[in-house]
Amino acid sequence: MSARIVAEGLGKRYVIGRGGARYQHRTLREALMRAAVAPWRALNRRPGDSTQARGGEIWAVRDVSFEVADGEVFGIIGRNGAGKSTLLKILSRIVMPTCGRAVVRGRVGTLLEVGSGFHPELTGRDNVFLSGAILGMTRAEIARKFDEIVEFSGVERFLGTPVKRYSSGMYLRLAFAIAAHLDADIMIVDEVLAVGDAEFQKKCLGGMQRAAGAGRTVLFVSHNLAAVRSLCRRACVLHDGRIVQLGDVHECIGHYLDWNPDQSAASVRFDRAPGAGVWMTCATLLSDDRPATRVLMGSSLTIEVSFESDGPLHVPFVGFALADDRGELLLSGNNLYQRSPRYEIPVRRGTVRMELGTVPLMVGRYAASLSLGDVTRHDSHVVEHALWFDVVERDAWGTGQVPRAGESLLWWPTTFRLSA
Amino acid sequence: MTTALREGGATGPVWEIRSESGVPSLNFGELWDCRSLFGFLIWRDIKVRYAQTLLGVAWVVLRPLATMLIFAPIFGRLAGIPSDGVPYPAFALVALVAWTYFAGALGSASNSLIEQAEVIGKVYYPRLFVPLAPVASDLLDSGVALGLLVPVLVVLGLVPSAPPILSLPLLFLVAACTAAGVGAGLAALTLRYRDFRYVVPFLIQGWMFASPVVYPTSLMPEGYRVLYALNPMVGVIEGCRWALLGTPAPGASVLAASAGSAAVLFFAGALYFRWAERTMVDLA
Repeated sequence: MSARIVAEGLGKRYVIGRGGARYQHRTLREALMRAAVAPWRALNRRPGDSTQARGGEIWAVRDVSFEVADGEVFGIIGRNGAGKSTLLKILSRIVMPTCGRAVVRGRVGTLLEVGSGFHPELTGRDNVFLSGAILGMTRAEIARKFDEIVEFSGVERFLGTPVKRYSSGMYLRLAFAIAAHLDADIMIVDEVLAVGDAEFQKKCLGGMQRAAGAGRTVLFVSHNLAAVRSLCRRACVLHDGRIVQLGDVHECIGHYLDWNPDQSAASVRFDRAPGAGVWMTCATLLSDDRPATRVLMGSSLTIEVSFESDGPLHVPFVGFALADDRGELLLSGNNLYQRSPRYEIPVRRGTVRMELGTVPLMVGRYAASLSLGDVTRHDSHVVEHALWFDVVERDAWGTGQVPRAGESLLWWPTTFRLSA
Repeated sequence: MTTALREGGATGPVWEIRSESGVPSLNFGELWDCRSLFGFLIWRDIKVRYAQTLLGVAWVVLRPLATMLIFAPIFGRLAGIPSDGVPYPAFALVALVAWTYFAGALGSASNSLIEQAEVIGKVYYPRLFVPLAPVASDLLDSGVALGLLVPVLVVLGLVPSAPPILSLPLLFLVAACTAAGVGAGLAALTLRYRDFRYVVPFLIQGWMFASPVVYPTSLMPEGYRVLYALNPMVGVIEGCRWALLGTPAPGASVLAASAGSAAVLFFAGALYFRWAERTMVDLA
């Protein structure tokens, strides 16, 4: 069987105007003004001015070539802004590449978000049909699978209710149920697993596994390296829009985790994601209250996250997750499940300090992923593997003995009591 | 953006994705293949509109009726504008039913892309459907309005005769083509230049006074009427008056000019939209 997807030298360039705007004129007024002063500018231009005045350009995806065989589950790994989503959008025909070409054989089902095309005023039943049609199903197909979709979603009782009254969990379940029953030859899936609770994620993964088992071709982007590892055999790693590793999934994950150019910074800054209402600006890892990338065994860990927001916030919801250098999650925490103080007067910017105390990590490399959001607006900013640090040996418990790396991931401080 | 290399077969459609330049094509084949989705989008528009409003159907009649109640005393009485021998309220009302359709469809088509920018950035479907769906779904409203208009005319003592009424669907098709073409073009422009959405209401208002809504075409000098009819709404409105009120029929040349102009606007708008589609999601 020939390849389902063949990409050859795909590239996507974005032009960035001055002042950081993505495009040069966003309004007609601006465009007219510029046209009006252009002749005057041209007369006054000195050599060397032009590139500065024109702003820059960014290659979100550059020179990307790969093939995906029929029935293959192919993973795409990379940090935020590496070009993963842009690549998926090119392959799903949502954006046009600037150069290169791709041949896609078969019906494509795109899942870049759950609930594409949902209308809040319509009932669950209506939205199954509407969203199904937008995702590419015909009326007959949807009608045939309707009962299955409803059963999978578990929202039978609310089918006649407008989805605006659904809880976010119900909404996600119904939306994913439609997507899971999409009968496409090729599924293009981006981060849909990152939302929802653990049970929902398990269901999603199960759905993906079934799709793969049924011989579908799946293109899968996720930060969940464990999911990528278990679903895919082949993958590629994107960095700054280019493929830096292509082939076996284990090698790709290893490469991705090893190769982090800015891995040794105790403090990292983040850009505001387009359209984000609340976002992290900076995060710092502190060990015994000092910024650190090397953490002595047994010392305390603190993560500070600074944020900004469009609107005043009483509580920014923050969370962290620590993973080892193979991407396995070790522990996580957030102030959604746990109470935390509120700002008495809502703020637009601030800093959250997360004191983890002594985390009994063994010697090794670890990465902290961070998220910050506003639950009321379903808006969150997630940065996977934002802070990297090394835990180094120390006689933390004063016995002259140091637990050896590789025995386990955590060395649990335990109170031992003897009785006779 | 994409070319269908081959359709059907065991592996389904084959798409080539590459950068596209030059003159765009309308790609009617793709639109036809996705007609079931188009149906869903129209159905959604209709369902949402009637789910949200208390008065529902009443609105489609109240809007032209209320406008007529304002226009009739001002233009009919105070200004003394002639009305081709029929009572001015009926003269204005018939025009306003056609105009309300056109203005509503054009306005919602123009805003459609901005409103649905999020969806088109997440899933691919023929984008031309976005501005076309409201133009099509508004037709239902107008059908209802026309159905309710006939009894009103009868009350006013004007009984429309059967054969001319049958031309109404064709006249509304001309209006729909115009709204679709201009609306698609404006939708693409509005996405590129966000302040275009403030221009559209002025455009619609200006267009109304450039159409024979409050005055008859007969006020125009004979020699300019065909030129005037290059505004497709001239043919549409005069046609509606002829069909419903029995005013003198617009000449064949006027109808041909309006229909031809509507076809040109439709294709020009749709082609511009297809051209703009290449960078649409980058702007959204």
